[in-house]
Amino acid sequence: MRYTIAMACVLSLFWLLNSGHYNAAMLGMGACSVLLVTWIVHRMQALDHESTPAHLVLRLPRYLGWLALQVLASNLDIVRRVWRRETDIDPVVARLPLPQSSDLGRVIYANSINLTPGTLTIDMGEDYLLVHALSGDLCDALATDEMSARVSELER
Amino acid sequence: MLTLTVVVILAVMLAGLARAFFARNVYDRVLAANLFGTKTVLLIAAISYLFGSPDFLDIAVVYALINYISVIGVLRVTEMRVIAQQEDKG
Amino acid sequence: MVLHWLSEACLLAGSFLLLTGALGFLRFPDIYARIHACGVTETLATSLILVALLLKSEAALPQVKLLFILLFLMFSGPTASHALAKAAWQGGVRPRATRDAGERPASPAGR
Repeated sequence: MRYTIAMACVLSLFWLLNSGHYNAAMLGMGACSVLLVTWIVHRMQALDHESTPAHLVLRLPRYLGWLALQVLASNLDIVRRVWRRETDIDPVVARLPLPQSSDLGRVIYANSINLTPGTLTIDMGEDYLLVHALSGDLCDALATDEMSARVSELER
Repeated sequence: MLTLTVVVILAVMLAGLARAFFARNVYDRVLAANLFGTKTVLLIAAISYLFGSPDFLDIAVVYALINYISVIGVLRVTEMRVIAQQEDKG
Repeated sequence: MVLHWLSEACLLAGSFLLLTGALGFLRFPDIYARIHACGVTETLATSLILVALLLKSEAALPQVKLLFILLFLMFSGPTASHALAKAAWQGGVRPRATRDAGERPASPAGR
């Protein structure tokens, strides 16, 4: 129930921010759509601890800031590789360990790998990630586990 | 500068479209379509500022969502087809 | 005034990155490398252009909408490229890799 109410609040806020029209008719329609969506999601029983990760909110900004720097650095790296006369790539497929235990932590780790250009998660098993990297050193940088450690810290 | 950006986005979209036409397999095509879709979102957002009518931004939001769903949908279909083919063989 | 020039600079850098992404998309040899090239346009170029537009607008509502667009694209981009890579891998497309981790150990069925 707590999660349902939280989602209804978030949806209402989202509607209000997107609408820009605040007369009675529009607000009524907005309330109707929020109620409808909340009812559907409640019926699907899709809401739990995992789909509303309130416990992450405090730690997330710091991680996102670090991730943004990584994304910036790897973007510049790819730009350099693209503009070389001979495209400077040496693709590698490697298997990396996946220490995160919760699904959410795994998704955050895999998506962070995807978000930094140059590395890409192809497949995910119980305890490993199959990663495609544009060059060996990008892959080695991932294998030093800094990102993984940071995600584990986030997950705790 | 905004005009330049719009022109660049259009050129990139054209390149993506050409790639989609001459691609060798379905995955290349979906990648090109995905590129095309995200660039559509950017194009609509940039045009809404070029023409000074921020209402277009709503359409950009909708496109951002549709693009994601369409990519996942197409890939689901191809994955199902691959699995079906494997079952036919084995 | 400062904001104006900052926004122009962001637009210029974003356009350059878009071109880079398209060039990589056309030049790189296989599907996986091309996904990486698309990633450049999807993350940094998109953020730069949307931030530039954000600096251009005075009202609060369009700014919030731009932030939402940025958020959606940041969530959907990596997921879409992962779905693409996984579908290609399961469809039997293999990258031209010099160092290879080999085949997956477990049976591919059921996932």
